[in-house]
Amino acid sequence: MTRHTLSVLVENKSGVLARVSALFSRRGFNIESLAVGPTENPDLSRMTIVVDAESAPLEQITKQLNKLIEVIKIVELEGDAAVQRELLLVKVRAPMADRTQVLQTADLFRARVIDVNTDTVTLEATGTPDKLQALLAVLAPLGIKEMAQSGTVALGRGPRSMSGAGTLRPVDRSA
Amino acid sequence: MSTTTPSEHPTREAAAALAGVETGARSVAEAAHAPAQGITGAQSLVRSLEAVGVDVVFGIPGGAILPLYDPLFDSKVRHVLVRHEQGAGHAATGYAQATGRVGVCMATSGPGATNLVTPLADAYMDSVPVVAITGQVPSGAIGTDAFQEADIRGITMPVTKHNFLVTDAAEIPQRIAEAFHLASTGRPGPVLVDVPKDVLQATTDFSWPPRLDLPGYKPTTRPHGKQVREAATLIAGARRPVLYVGGGVIKAGATEELLELAHLTGAPVVTTLMARGAYPDSDPQHLGMPGMHGTVAAVTALQKADVLVALGARFDDRVTGNLASFAPDALVVHADIDPAEIGKNRKADVPIVGDAKETIAELVTAVRAEHEAGRTPDLEAWWAQLDDWRTRYPLGYDEPEDGSLSPQYVIERLGAIAGPDAIYTSGVGQHQMWAAQFIKYEKPGTWLNSGGLGTMGYAVPAAMGAKYGCPDTTVWAIDGDGCFQMTNQELATCAIEGIPVKVAVINNGNLGMVRQWQTLFYEGRYSNTKLHAVDAEGRPKPVRIPDFVALAEALGCVGLRCESKDDVDAVIEKAMAITDAPVVIDFVVGADAQVWPMVAAGASNDDILAARDLRPVFGDDQV
Repeated sequence: MTRHTLSVLVENKSGVLARVSALFSRRGFNIESLAVGPTENPDLSRMTIVVDAESAPLEQITKQLNKLIEVIKIVELEGDAAVQRELLLVKVRAPMADRTQVLQTADLFRARVIDVNTDTVTLEATGTPDKLQALLAVLAPLGIKEMAQSGTVALGRGPRSMSGAGTLRPVDRSA
Repeated sequence: MSTTTPSEHPTREAAAALAGVETGARSVAEAAHAPAQGITGAQSLVRSLEAVGVDVVFGIPGGAILPLYDPLFDSKVRHVLVRHEQGAGHAATGYAQATGRVGVCMATSGPGATNLVTPLADAYMDSVPVVAITGQVPSGAIGTDAFQEADIRGITMPVTKHNFLVTDAAEIPQRIAEAFHLASTGRPGPVLVDVPKDVLQATTDFSWPPRLDLPGYKPTTRPHGKQVREAATLIAGARRPVLYVGGGVIKAGATEELLELAHLTGAPVVTTLMARGAYPDSDPQHLGMPGMHGTVAAVTALQKADVLVALGARFDDRVTGNLASFAPDALVVHADIDPAEIGKNRKADVPIVGDAKETIAELVTAVRAEHEAGRTPDLEAWWAQLDDWRTRYPLGYDEPEDGSLSPQYVIERLGAIAGPDAIYTSGVGQHQMWAAQFIKYEKPGTWLNSGGLGTMGYAVPAAMGAKYGCPDTTVWAIDGDGCFQMTNQELATCAIEGIPVKVAVINNGNLGMVRQWQTLFYEGRYSNTKLHAVDAEGRPKPVRIPDFVALAEALGCVGLRCESKDDVDAVIEKAMAITDAPVVIDFVVGADAQVWPMVAAGASNDDILAARDLRPVFGDDQV
């Protein structure tokens, strides 16, 4: 299996997320993560969908997504040609004895402390999925009380954008 | 009422009419286009239906949609009051398939709407342009489990091309225009518009044409020239080409172009279950239907082909059999309006996305250029082999040994007497396959059936819709006794509304196709397939439950019965002579007739059986 990141511009209307997620489940496609949010254009939302698929099913996924009336454009954001980030909030056990170690780890990963009390520290970190996995691996022995992690959001590198002038090339709609 | 004949089949008429939506260029029904202020949402919806050119709606009223039925009462749009919403949906589908226009059905919220789910799924699988309008509980009640509330938009998402929940009465004209545009363009399909009761009651303004707001919808209709030329080169160089024709050719109104391409290339043609009528059965290049119950020649031609030209077809499992061993030596040209169909099941060597009419026309030009450049293939050896297969393994059937009436004979005679100008609808099962095999189709839009979803009960309501759309055409529903018992209530609608369809019930007292599989694959253990009353030993009791003749008469139809071969022609002719009422003929046939040839589910097409235990011998000396 290979991971692919699709950036999907959709109309900002109710029910679009249901349509997209229903399509994935109905056709047996696997979603690794899905993040949806507003864009520079209030009429459009951007879905960043990480899928686990071989290339042939990926073509089916993009073609089926393109058939949804509210899907405007799909671009696959590939490896080095894109920046990809996730957001992690993690509440770590941090009694006074361990607190220094937690804070040093946070420093190392450029995570920020966003909540502190006598027993725990809550950290905020952003990065690639790999970096956040590494952070969690270091924190795990200290005791992770709770965590919340976003799906990947991504943008293509360089001056081009998905809409407007000098647009990124969409995933081929024909054949 | 329209008098469009199926031969004209103006598929793109709807699209052309809707093109006027954007430009405001459409001239008919100007009165319906007049803007109006301070009208209700319901009035706006009825005016929108008028403006878009709807002549008939099949439906049933109920609480949530009641406001809409009030202005509908005064409209020139005719409403046919069906007996079950499933009937409304299939009638809309039959109407659309027979006329090429968009079929419209209507239901109230909750159970009314959920009863439309089966026909919507049916229309979705067979790409039929249908618009469904459903009432919804008032906006404020949505999500509260209100009386007769169902999330019909959520429920129908996977079985519609698109659907809408209208939240503001001002949007109504736009949503209706968009629904018809989506249903009838690109790959056609059903679209549902759900309208809450308070939106129907709200005060609003109406103006037409509205602006369509579908930024993500741009179907590709014009094929890529380079791909077309590549396809032509393959076709011109092929030694064993086959034109594999699907329902898309009928939808696109491309049958004349197809005839031209076939005659130009000299290639054999196979027409799928959805494409029967796309190419004349009388043409010598036609090998018949491919697939699970296709002809030996059609199935084997696909298997042995070196170039397969798929036109508006989707490599359905009922056509390909075991996919891995399907047409192993063939290079595939796949032309379809839906890019997602290309490469979905079978890799395409030359993919062409486009409307079948434009694509085939351009293929004709490109193949002609190949021929002019001196590249004309010699198909003589291929035809010698094809002719050998079809001579040795023609479609046929044995008369039942028990002396009972042969169902195939009945259907064959029906086709011969009613002729190629009639429209035939069918349910799903043995009678459907026999009707596809033994009736000779010459024109598009004359064979309507439930191909993809396999919806039992399709025949009677679809015949009702087809007859409404083509009132001057004889419409026969060929139904099984199992299917007929699912939707025959619509005969009451036909009788009351003056829609004189004819129904041939092929009554074998069983769920025949399932019984056939039980005979072949379950050692003759007939678990729950007998529909007739049986005694303790399982022998049929001398009682008819139901008595289809009495049932027909109870529903306001003429009821006839036929139990012997000698009476078949006379009873069909008697039914043909009755034109002012629906007619039902109860053909009491034997239970043991089987559909052959057959490729068992999941088996390779190479393992087709021409008849039970009869494996054809194919010369393995390939051309």
